[in-house]
Amino acid sequence: MTNLTLADGVAAILLLALTAYAVLAGADFGGGVWDLFASGPRVRAQRIAIAAAMGPVWEANHVWLIFLVVGLFTAFPTAFAALSTALFVPFTIALLGIILRGAAFTFQTHGYEAAGDLAPWGAAFGAASIIAPAFLGAALAASAMGAVRFSGGQSVTAGWVSWLGADLALLAVALCAYLAATFLMVETEGDPPLQADFRRRAFGAAMVSGVLALVGLVLTWRQAPLLWSELTGRGLWLLIIALINGPIAAFAVWRRSPRVARIAVAAQIVFVLWAWAVGQWPALVPPDFTIHGSAAPESTLLALTVTIAAGMVVLVPSLALLFYVFKGRNPAPTLSDRSP
Amino acid sequence: MDNVVLSRAIMGTSLGFHIVFAVLGVGMPLLMSVAEAIGLWRHDPAWIALARRWAKAFGLIFAIGAVSGTALSFELGLLWPGFMAFSGSVIGLPFSAEGFAFFIEAIFLGLYLYGWDRLRPLAHWLCSIPIALSGAASSLFVVMVNAWMNSPTGFQVAGNRIIRVDPLAAAFNPSTPTEDLHMLVSAYLVSGFAVAAVYAAGFLRGHGDALHRRALPLAMVMAVVASGLAGITGDTSARFVADDQPIKFASQEGLFPTTTGAPLHIGGVPLPNEHRTVFAIEIPHLLSWLLKGDPNATIRGLNDFPRDQWPNVLIVHFSFEIMVGLGLALGFCGLLYWLLALRRRAPPMDRWLLLALVVAGPASVVAMESGWFVTEFGRQPWIIYGVMRTSTAATSTPALGPTFAIFILLYVALGITLARLLLLLAERERRRAAISDTREIPRP
Repeated sequence: MTNLTLADGVAAILLLALTAYAVLAGADFGGGVWDLFASGPRVRAQRIAIAAAMGPVWEANHVWLIFLVVGLFTAFPTAFAALSTALFVPFTIALLGIILRGAAFTFQTHGYEAAGDLAPWGAAFGAASIIAPAFLGAALAASAMGAVRFSGGQSVTAGWVSWLGADLALLAVALCAYLAATFLMVETEGDPPLQADFRRRAFGAAMVSGVLALVGLVLTWRQAPLLWSELTGRGLWLLIIALINGPIAAFAVWRRSPRVARIAVAAQIVFVLWAWAVGQWPALVPPDFTIHGSAAPESTLLALTVTIAAGMVVLVPSLALLFYVFKGRNPAPTLSDRSP
Repeated sequence: MDNVVLSRAIMGTSLGFHIVFAVLGVGMPLLMSVAEAIGLWRHDPAWIALARRWAKAFGLIFAIGAVSGTALSFELGLLWPGFMAFSGSVIGLPFSAEGFAFFIEAIFLGLYLYGWDRLRPLAHWLCSIPIALSGAASSLFVVMVNAWMNSPTGFQVAGNRIIRVDPLAAAFNPSTPTEDLHMLVSAYLVSGFAVAAVYAAGFLRGHGDALHRRALPLAMVMAVVASGLAGITGDTSARFVADDQPIKFASQEGLFPTTTGAPLHIGGVPLPNEHRTVFAIEIPHLLSWLLKGDPNATIRGLNDFPRDQWPNVLIVHFSFEIMVGLGLALGFCGLLYWLLALRRRAPPMDRWLLLALVVAGPASVVAMESGWFVTEFGRQPWIIYGVMRTSTAATSTPALGPTFAIFILLYVALGITLARLLLLLAERERRRAAISDTREIPRP
């Protein structure tokens, strides 16, 4: 291995932020998916469970994205500019989805007591929860395939309008739904019929995710030689762990072990993302942007690292408090004034 | 329209939309926190009820602020890749710090909104403090970046690449103190007057209950203190800009020739092609005296600078006049309210004064937006003053027209829905309070 530098350290921090966003906010997007597809005799109960699980935490979960964007443009400004230029369309659509999701969710939950059911915003919440992860997934595919180039000037559809882009878009949505369903199995432990609803959904999402992931591997092998060589090179061990962990997670759902399933599904996201990141190291946005080549001057990286370290001292206990108060025990809270 | 104009239009719309929620995110938590503190201290359920009511409204407002702020963080790169590639490493640091402040605000707001029954009263109140502090910190951090665009420092350039960076010098650039403070107090000013307007309207419609009698004076305390501070920091800002960005200053004042004993133009229409400002009320020597303390001091006018470095003088001068005019009127309103209150030893309830306060709410927002017009339009044609022209920083993507249209539609939809929900919420709370009033709340 070549020497690891401060730039690698910052890249690793950004990978952790991406992972946190994918797992935590991913589950919130998945909640939107299940809100849209709520069905059966317990439609209302499903939606209430989703809103209760997301309510206190979704905004904090969302901040990981801001952290990631800001960290990326501070530490790797040229790569950030190239990504923003080449992936203008998918990022803009994902952004619209993110805005619409957050606004619609808030209108629905806080507005409910004042205005009753806000049907169009309910639908917008669900639809936007699909749009955002799908287009972020497609954008990630384009970057991983090597479609974002230094020279710019490529077509606005480069990379993300492709079979692999489509597959990763669907996979991102499926994984969000899978995460959400297993998280909701834990949240609804006190209500077995409702938990069974989410178990069925988790298992369905597991199967769909598995198929899409395998299709994605085949597409990568056939159509994205750069990514394939990375995944089967340095990233191989993580890929193999993911291939083993996947069935374990699905089995835990099947066996009605929601707490095991929750960890295994979250771990699956970690393994997949890290297989990609470790595989493409030392590239940041392959093939043109390496971590070292696109890094900001040392003084910036140092100041950023110190800022993040200082910020974490405040952030970690605060996040721990938030999750302790709202996720430490069940059932999850509702807006206190829901009952008169 | 070309990409530069469209990029500016999209960015300006997004900023103008977001900032309304951002300033309420600074001021409302402080009001909430004070109301809850008084409620706990005096065992007064009406103050607690007020904090609860504000928390509900703020939950909606904060969420819209959060998502519209996300739009901005993306748009920096999507619309201005040239700017970000050049300056990301220089001004990323305050943005990162702002990220943490936003985290803290979101976390404790989650605890505050959903924790009324899960936390002990004192613990619940304590959660309001990090919200108020991090809201203020967010504003300070973000405005540092804008200040850097006005007075860029802390880097060295070789060719068009940045080679040496001192991120702290960039964050604490010469514009930071004046701009940061002026924005912070303006955020409290807008929050104070906006909340006051809501309760003044309530009194006018005959809904004045126990909550109204508490809310209006509290909001007016914030409004009047912030008005005074906004005047002081605004004055300091103008003096700083006169030294640091003389073109912006001359545009603000509509001053074309460099003048010894310069007059103050009140109102008027600057005509850049004719190099003069017409229809203004001119007060001789006043500008020189205000700026330098000497009625015969010399002030540099726009004619001293090349035409291609002028901003849109008309917009900058109008915006400046609107900001200053409304700012003075707002301060007068606040003073009048408290003078009457002190003289009568009771909050004034005169119809005309309440009407003025209802108007003052939106007027404070207009004043604040005008202030941003002054600083943003006034910096043109530069995106980084003296370093990078706006025209070289914009994206080359062909998709900007539809993007602009979609964002406008989205913001309109969000704005209308939010306003409607806040009104419905207020209506419902009022009816609920009316019911519990007849049940007789224990009063102090």
